[in-house]
Amino acid sequence: MTEVAAPEPVATTHRRLDFAASLKEAGLAALVALALAVPLIGFRVVESNGTVGLTTRFSWVAIGVAAVFFGRLVLALSRPARRQSATGRGGARLAPLLQFGRRYARLIGIFGVGLAFALPALATRSVVDLATTVVIYVMLGWGLNVVVGLAGLLDLGYVAFYAVGAYSFALIAHALSLSFWEALPIAGLCAATAGILLGFPVLRLRGDYLAIVTLGFGEIVHILLLNWTSLTGGPSGFGDIPRPSLFGLVFAPHAPAGYRTFQDFFGVDFSPAQRIDFLYYIVLAMALLTNLFTIRLRRLPIGRAWEALREDEIACRALGINPTTVKLSAFAIGAMLGGFAGAFFATRQGFISPESFTFIESATILAIVVLGGMGSQLGVVLAAIVLVMAPELGRAFSEFRMLIFGAAMVGIMVWQPRGLLSYRAPSLRLGQRGEAAP
Amino acid sequence: MNYLLQQLVNGIALGAIYGLVAIGYTMVYGIIGMINFAHGEIYMIGAFVSLIAFLALGAIGVTYVPLALMLVLVIAMVFTSVYGWAVERIAYRPLRKSFRLAPLISAIGMSIFLQNYVQLLQGARVKTLQPVVRGGFVLVAGSFPVQVTYLQLFNVALTIALMAGFTYLIAATPLGRAQRACEQDSTMAALLGIDVDRTISLTFVIGAALAAVAGMMVLLYYGVIDFFIGFEAGIKAFTAAVLGGIGSLPGAMLGGLLIGLIEALWSGYASTEYKDVMVFVVLVLVLIFRPSGLFGRPEVEKV
Repeated sequence: MTEVAAPEPVATTHRRLDFAASLKEAGLAALVALALAVPLIGFRVVESNGTVGLTTRFSWVAIGVAAVFFGRLVLALSRPARRQSATGRGGARLAPLLQFGRRYARLIGIFGVGLAFALPALATRSVVDLATTVVIYVMLGWGLNVVVGLAGLLDLGYVAFYAVGAYSFALIAHALSLSFWEALPIAGLCAATAGILLGFPVLRLRGDYLAIVTLGFGEIVHILLLNWTSLTGGPSGFGDIPRPSLFGLVFAPHAPAGYRTFQDFFGVDFSPAQRIDFLYYIVLAMALLTNLFTIRLRRLPIGRAWEALREDEIACRALGINPTTVKLSAFAIGAMLGGFAGAFFATRQGFISPESFTFIESATILAIVVLGGMGSQLGVVLAAIVLVMAPELGRAFSEFRMLIFGAAMVGIMVWQPRGLLSYRAPSLRLGQRGEAAP
Repeated sequence: MNYLLQQLVNGIALGAIYGLVAIGYTMVYGIIGMINFAHGEIYMIGAFVSLIAFLALGAIGVTYVPLALMLVLVIAMVFTSVYGWAVERIAYRPLRKSFRLAPLISAIGMSIFLQNYVQLLQGARVKTLQPVVRGGFVLVAGSFPVQVTYLQLFNVALTIALMAGFTYLIAATPLGRAQRACEQDSTMAALLGIDVDRTISLTFVIGAALAAVAGMMVLLYYGVIDFFIGFEAGIKAFTAAVLGGIGSLPGAMLGGLLIGLIEALWSGYASTEYKDVMVFVVLVLVLIFRPSGLFGRPEVEKV
């Protein structure tokens, strides 16, 4: 570490002192890293022929500690320089990009929708299939956004409503032999009812209690699905779920009695791709409707009440808004949207099992909302694309997927607490343009 | 009758573990008013550190059981505390002034991160440990003898000892005074010269150390751990903290005992499949009918 001779002596001592302090700081950080790394990274528990033993990998510890030491040192030394730059926080570097996104949000949105509609013509079958998954997550993200982003209620068991939608759809369609389109609204209604039933007792509680109760609710639903074998089929799942039809035209090589097939009606050859494209268009339409619905809701008194409640509950109460009903409506609408997504998921898969509805799913959806920026519709889309597509890039990444999710959630909260696309236009403006709160 | 007594014994031994974890929740809640979702993961890390310490001690030839237990206890507490400290420093301290949901989301992120961190480093498979403390004695003889294992006795005795030490720490040491002062009013405490950041850090360290002991106990008790145990135990311990009145230390211990008893009795008399559902039902019922818990003060909202 050679010091460049500074022209002024005062400056030199300052830098020297700084350097010593930085060195100390880096040393401490390295010490903590050592204590963190030694037990869990340094040793690995291995089991071979019935006996448990340990293997060591101290080289990993050494690499990790060295990385922390130098990383911290560089960070500490660059701090004065960083302070001088007026922008300050780390997120500032993204500012031009964000401003661009902000200005052209509408254009990007229109372009994105156009691209989404054209996708089946441009891409292969597997890409369309993947895009369907992405859109399901976008829809779930938008649904949860109503609850978390707009109303400010942290729901950690959102997957429960997704599951209620999927299972109620499958069971009702099966029991009453209804078609997809007939059972879909019922599934949404069931999920909304579940939301109200859960919300009614717990929405009077503080935000963090709500989070843990919803987490518990998600687990209860999961346990019920696993153990109530007579109704849900237990761990082996529930199959034979009806496929959607286009105004009575079915997508299958041969039509069942009383129906016509799509290819027969339009006089084209049968291809499995038709069904995949059709499913994609259904979910795309559902998602766009969801988007339109939430954007409109946000302008209505109820949507404004949600946002007001998120910002200051006491003030809302003083102004005569009933927090419980307002929260309940957000909860029910979020649950209903999740239910619709669940019903679509069920009909697309043709088979559902409790495996699809674990806490990991809730965490993924929450990560989509948080990373995209709570309350931002476009952000949810981008986050869903990144989070769903990323595991497809390789096995190595899918192993680290949840690790990165977790770290990203912490990082976003620390550096960009409102999410990557944090800006959204206020639904109402007071006074001068451009002075609106972020 | 003996069957009931046996379930009570099991429930108390289990409840001691939940109680120790619950103290971590309740202390953190008391001082910064947030639920530390990652606390269950700290407990899981405590269990893993204990397992590794046991195996390492076995490898270097420490086989005298009381000595091994003492050493593992110290090792687990020390290393797990560092994790507790680091979690607070990285994920919560920068968010003190942030909006309401930020620390909660950060905590969930931390929890997901730690789970996967351990899974990647130690593998997803269940880890087993041969019983370290064996044997027991018969408390009540009869056609269905009520047994108390030495391990259960050890767990309960250790918990009581820790509780005594901990109560002393909070009631009579400068750190405990600072801690209680920050709990009441951290701004005022800071004005009076208390280093609030340091006190909060130490709160996390103490919570993590107690969770580490709970992790060691559960490792000894069941002999099997995996990277996912923190999730369930975390929720149960949180329920215990709420049941006892969040913010209240004796409440957390009592809540832990009650949850342990409920779980043991429910699985003894009803079904084991739904024992976790039962805990959630208790949580919801407590939150609806007595949100301030058994020993908690009712919350007053200030504008």
